[in-house]
Amino acid sequence: MNAFELHQPKDLASAATLAGGGGDLRFLAGGQSILASMKLGLASPDAMIDLSLIPDMKAITVAGGVVKIGAMAKHADVAANADVKKAIPALADLAGGIGDRQVRNMGTIGGSLANSDPAACYPAAALGLGAMIHTNKRNIAADSFFLGLYETALDAGEIITAVSFPVPEKAAYVKFKNSASRFALVGVFVSKGAQGVRVAVTGAASCAFRATALETALANSWTAAACNAVKMSADNLNGDLHASAEYRAHLIPVIAGRAAAAAK
Amino acid sequence: MKADGIGARVTRKEDHRFLTGNGQYTDDIILPRQTYAAFVRSPHAHATINGINSAAAAAMPGVVAIFTGKDIEESKIGGLPCGWGITSKDGTPAIEPAHPILCIGKARYVGDHVAVVIAETAEQARAAADVMDVDYGILPAVVSTGTAAASKTAVHDQAPNNVCYTWGHGDEAGVKAAFEKAHHISTLDLINQRLAPNAMEPRAANAVYDRSSESYTLYVANQNPHVERLLMCAFVLGIPEHKMRVVAPDVGGGFGSKIFVYAEETVLVWASKRVNRPIKWTADRTEAFLSDAHGRDHVTKAQLAMDKDGKFLGFRVDTTAAMGAYLSTFSTAVPTILYGTLLAGQYTTPSIYVEVTAVFTNTAPVDAYRGAGRPEATYVVERMVEVAARDMKLDPAEIRRRNFIRTFPYATPVGLTYDVGDYDATLDSAIKMADVAGFAARRAASEARGMKRGLGYSSYIEACGLAPSNVAGALGARAGLFESGEVRVHPTGKVEVFTGSHSHGQGHETTFAQVVADKLGIPIEDVSISHGDTGKVLFGMGTYGSRSLAVGGSAIVKAVDKVIAKGKKIAAHLLEASDTDIEFVNGEFIVKGTDKKVPFASVSLTAYVPHNYPLDKLEPGLNENAFYDPTNFTYPAGTHICEVEVDPQTGKVEICAFTAVDDFGNIINPMIVEGQVHGGVAQGLGQALLEDCIYDPESGQLLTASYMDYAMPRADDFPNFKVGNNVTACTHNPLGVKGCGEAGAIGSPPAFINAVTDAIGVKHIDMPATPERVWRAMQSAAHA
Ligand SMILES: Cc1cc2nc3c(=O)[nH]c(=O)nc-3n(C[C@H](O)[C@H](O)[C@H](O)COP(=O)(O)OP(=O)(O)OC[C@H]3O[C@@H](n4cnc5c(N)ncnc54)[C@H](O)[C@@H]3O)c2cc1C
Repeated sequence: MNAFELHQPKDLASAATLAGGGGDLRFLAGGQSILASMKLGLASPDAMIDLSLIPDMKAITVAGGVVKIGAMAKHADVAANADVKKAIPALADLAGGIGDRQVRNMGTIGGSLANSDPAACYPAAALGLGAMIHTNKRNIAADSFFLGLYETALDAGEIITAVSFPVPEKAAYVKFKNSASRFALVGVFVSKGAQGVRVAVTGAASCAFRATALETALANSWTAAACNAVKMSADNLNGDLHASAEYRAHLIPVIAGRAAAAAK
Repeated sequence: MKADGIGARVTRKEDHRFLTGNGQYTDDIILPRQTYAAFVRSPHAHATINGINSAAAAAMPGVVAIFTGKDIEESKIGGLPCGWGITSKDGTPAIEPAHPILCIGKARYVGDHVAVVIAETAEQARAAADVMDVDYGILPAVVSTGTAAASKTAVHDQAPNNVCYTWGHGDEAGVKAAFEKAHHISTLDLINQRLAPNAMEPRAANAVYDRSSESYTLYVANQNPHVERLLMCAFVLGIPEHKMRVVAPDVGGGFGSKIFVYAEETVLVWASKRVNRPIKWTADRTEAFLSDAHGRDHVTKAQLAMDKDGKFLGFRVDTTAAMGAYLSTFSTAVPTILYGTLLAGQYTTPSIYVEVTAVFTNTAPVDAYRGAGRPEATYVVERMVEVAARDMKLDPAEIRRRNFIRTFPYATPVGLTYDVGDYDATLDSAIKMADVAGFAARRAASEARGMKRGLGYSSYIEACGLAPSNVAGALGARAGLFESGEVRVHPTGKVEVFTGSHSHGQGHETTFAQVVADKLGIPIEDVSISHGDTGKVLFGMGTYGSRSLAVGGSAIVKAVDKVIAKGKKIAAHLLEASDTDIEFVNGEFIVKGTDKKVPFASVSLTAYVPHNYPLDKLEPGLNENAFYDPTNFTYPAGTHICEVEVDPQTGKVEICAFTAVDDFGNIINPMIVEGQVHGGVAQGLGQALLEDCIYDPESGQLLTASYMDYAMPRADDFPNFKVGNNVTACTHNPLGVKGCGEAGAIGSPPAFINAVTDAIGVKHIDMPATPERVWRAMQSAAHA
C-alpha cells in the first residue's frame, strides 16, 4: 500500500469541497473494500476522505412506510436494529449475512452501494425493494443506479448520504455463497409491495440486475414452482473459476424460488 | 496414571504464550541495523530473461542493494539440492535440473525468484522491486500435468519430454497374471488436485552475518533447522556448518511446506555477508500462494482384479505426478517412496504394480504436504475399493472385511512390513459410532425432504515414523532419518530436554514433557522442552511424516533411560548398596525390598556437588544424549466414515456426520491427539469439498492466489467430528506409539467422495466436489 493523505472532514459540506479538489481521491467508509484493493495495488489514491466524523450519516429510522438508513450505518447496526427487523426482516437478514463479524462491524451500506461489487448483497436489496439513494446532490432511484462492474450513476466526488427502502408486504433474500469469498455466487432478493413484484439478482452478472421473467412468474403465482419453470439465459452472465454462466443461469430461478418460499 | 504423565489430557503448556500474543515468530525478530528484502518475481510462467535494468530501482529511496541471477552466477553459488534420488525403471537416474536461487537466463513459473531488492524498510524494498525493469521473452508454458509429457515445449532442456523419471515398483508380471485369471476388473481414472499449503504464518527469514566470529545466523520459519543448515551449508553456499546457526523459533504451521530449503532464505544468508547487515523477508499471502511448495497434483489410472467373491487378486496403478518447475527438497520421494509403497492399504492383495511418471511443468514446485504421498495412495486405494464393491454388488464394509490383513507381521508386495494392527476392530467401532445401522432411516428422511444422502468409508493405512535410515538410504534418501534427544538434569532436579524434532503446532512442549515427567516421576512444570535451534540442540532431522513422538520421543526416552541408569549408580553409592539392587520408582531411587531411598533431586544435586561421590568410577554431572534410529516404519491405520446430504437442485454437499476411529498405538495426550485428528480431517475434507489450486492452462497464471478465490475450509463447513481410538501398540519403539499428525488428512478425502458418489449414484467425481461439479454429475447421470 502506498502512502496517502488522510482528510477527516467534520461536516458534509467540507467533505464535498475536499472531494471536488481533483486528483485520485477516494472516500473511506468502512474500508472493507477499498483497503483490500489498496493492499493489492489495485487502487492507490493520493488522498482519502474519511466520512466517519460527519454527523447524522449513521441514523436508521423507520417512518411512513419507509426504512431510511444512513450511508455510514454498519452492516452489524442494520442487522441488529429492532425497527428494521420488524419492518423489513429480509433487509436485516441480508446485512447479518454479509462477510464475517469483523466485516459487519466495519463495512457500511453506503460503501457497499457505491462500490457496486458484482457479488455484493446490498445492491440486490436496493433493486429488489425499489430503493431511493440519496446523495449530497440529488436522489437516484436504485433502478438507474447500478451501471456495471464497480460502476454506478454517482458523479466523481458525489457522496451517498442515505438510502430509503419502501416497506414491502413481504420480501426475502437468499444468498448461495461462493465457497471461497462467501460473497454471493448467486443472490436473489424478492419482494412484493406497492411497486409490485421485484426480483433482483446479484453475483451473476457485471452488477446487480432485475430478472423480469421471474417477476412476471411470481406475479402470476408466488411459488417456488413458478420460479423453477423459468428458464434463464446464460448470455451476459458471469462465468469464472467458481461457476459457469450456465450453472448460474440454472441457479437463479432455484434461488429465487427459495426466496419466494421464505418471504415474510 | 500420573495426573500430568503419559495418557493424561494435559492442557498445552505453549498455549498461554500463543493466545496472549507472546509467541516469538520469525517476523517478530528485529535485529540492530535491520534491512528488508523484497523479491522480484516472474509475472510469466515461462520466459527468457533477456536483461535486467536495475538503475531506476537502485535510485529509489532507502535501497541498500540489488542482486540478480548474474551475481549468483558470478559468485558460483550452486542450486538448491534435491534430497532424494529416484531411479527410473530403465536404470537411469531422475533428471535433476539446476534450481538456481535467483533465476539464471530463464524464469520457469509465475512467482519464480528473479531478483532481490534490499532496502531500509519493507515498503521501500517493495516499491523499488516494483520498478525493476526486466526484459522477458515470453515462451509457451507447460501447465497441465496430464499432458506435460506430450508437450512440444520443454521446461528444462535436459528433459525434452518434461519427464523427470518413470518409476516402476512391485510385480508387473504378477499383476498381469492376476488380471488374466480375474473374475472381474474394476477400473477408475481420477485426479488428485493440486493444493496450496496455507500455513497461518507465511514463510519468513531473517539472516545476519557477524564479522567478528565470521559466522551466520538464520532465523527462519522452518520445520527442521538442522536439515536446513546441512543442505544450505554443504550443498549450496559452502559455509562450514560450525559457522552457521539456524533458529526456527515459534512457527505458525507448516503442513510440510516449511520442510524445504527455499531460494528466499538462501539468498538472504548469502546477501547478509555482502551487505553486512541483517536482512529480513516475510512473504505476503499472495507470495505464499505463488511460491510455497504445493501439494498433491496426480493424474491416475487404477485397475483392480478380483475373484468371484470380491477377493483382490491384483492391483495396477499408473500415475503422472507433477514436480512443478524445479525439484523441491523431497519432491521426488513423495509420489514414489511415500506413495507406491502404500498401495496395499489394509488388504491382502497379492500382486501390486505401480508406475509413476514425474513431469516438470511451469508451475510452483510440488512437494510434501500433510500426508505426502500417503493421502494420494489412500485416495486411489479407497476409491478403487468403493468402485469394486459397487461393481461386485457387495456392501462396502463387507468387501473390506473380505480382504483385510489379519496376520502380523505382514509383508506387503510393495515393500513394507506392517508390524501390528486390528483392522476389523477399527472398522467395527467406526460402524457403531457412525450408527451405520440407522443410515437407511436417515436416508429415507432426507429423500422425503427432496434431498439425497450418502455414506462412505475409508479404511486407510499410512507409514509414519520416518524412517529406518538404512531402508531410506536403500530407497534413495540422501540423509539419515534418526532423531536425537538430550536430557539435561540441572543440580536442583529440574530438567531441560533438547530435541531435534520441531513443533509448529503439534504441542511438543507438552507431550514430550509428559513423557519425561512420567518417566522421571517429577512434576511436568519441572520439565521444559527446547527445540528449533542448531545452537542449542545437538542435531536433528526435524518434524514431518508424523515422526516426532515415534522417533524424536524415542530418542528422548533413550536419553532418560541413561539418566536413570547413571542415577542408580549415584544412588547406590549414597545408599551404600549395589547398583543392581536399586529400583527407580515414582521419582525415587530405592534399595529393593527396603525402605532405604533417595529422591531424584538429591541424586542430581550429588551429581553436580560431588562431595560424597564415586569419583573414581563415575564422572560428575547428569546430562545424557541419545540418537534413535527406528527399525521399521510405524503403521497408524483406521476407518473413517462420512455421511453427506446433497441438494439435488444446487449440487451443494453438506457433511452431516464424520466419524474417525484410528489406531495410533499408545496415546500420550488424548486431547492433543484429538486436536490433530480434527485438524487433519478438516484439511482432508477441505481438499475433498473446497480447495483447488488452479493455474490457467494456457498462460500458467495462478488463478487462485488469494482467499477470494482459493476456498479454505471454515468451522461451519463441518459438523462436530466423532473421534475414537483402538490401540494396538507399536511393537518396535519404546513408547509403543505410531503417530497421529497426518491420519485425518489421509483418511478423510476418499470417505467423503465415496459418500457423495453414493448419494448421487455416480461412479466418480473429482475433488473438490463443488456444487457445480456435483450438479453436472447429476445432470449427466440423469441423461445417461
Ligand atoms: C472478508 C470480506 C467478506 C465480505 N463479504 C461480503 C458479502 O458477503 N456480501 C457483501 O455484500 N459484501 C461483502 N464484503 C464487502 C463489505 O460489505 C464492504 O463493507 C462493502 O463492500 C464496502 O463498504 P465499506 O464501508 O467498507 O466501503 P469502503 O471500502 O470504505 O469504500 C468502498 C468504496 O465506496 C466508496 N464510498 C464509500 N462510502 C461512500 C459514500 N458514502 N458515498 C460515495 N462513495 C462511497 C469509496 O470511495 C470506495 O471506493 C466483504 C468484505 C470482506 C473484507
